[in-house]
Amino acid sequence: MINFLKFSVIFLSVTVFFCMYRSIKGPTIADRIISINVINTKIITIIIAVSFIYHETYFIDVALVYALIGFTASILISKVIKES
Amino acid sequence: MKSLFFFIFLFGGLLFFAIGTLGILKFPEVYSRAHSSAKCDTLGAILTLISFCIYNGFNLVTVKIVIIIIFIMITSPTATHIITRGYYEKKEDSKNENI
Repeated sequence: MINFLKFSVIFLSVTVFFCMYRSIKGPTIADRIISINVINTKIITIIIAVSFIYHETYFIDVALVYALIGFTASILISKVIKES
Repeated sequence: MKSLFFFIFLFGGLLFFAIGTLGILKFPEVYSRAHSSAKCDTLGAILTLISFCIYNGFNLVTVKIVIIIIFIMITSPTATHIITRGYYEKKEDSKNENI
């Protein structure tokens, strides 16, 4: 069953690279922030899968803090878009 | 039985992640990309994290993952909505300035 966790980590990493292509190339700034928001969600999932692969439970707290910081960052950057 | 539910939820979540990423790559403009990224954020992440809960069993770790699921459910559509609304208002302002 742990091979499926490893497969999900590799699969999500590949899709992160596709989102990163959009965030580099994207025509407007809203495209870039939307794709970075998706990358944020995928990295939360990757951190929890890695914590189950390594049997280290404190990675879950890292994922929780990462979710909080990502939400704050996207709210602040969208306010910057609105005022620019 | 447990592994069957684990497979169903995990591959459902990964399928939604793949579909959302394909939409972000191929859709033509900002609003449709925001629609597809909301699929990826809510359904993909929630199904995958539910599959990790089933893999773990009932524990303190499961409670923390459920807290993360509730947080993602609240914040991620909010973030997409605020980004899209900021883009829309900026576009409307620039249109009024041109007139």
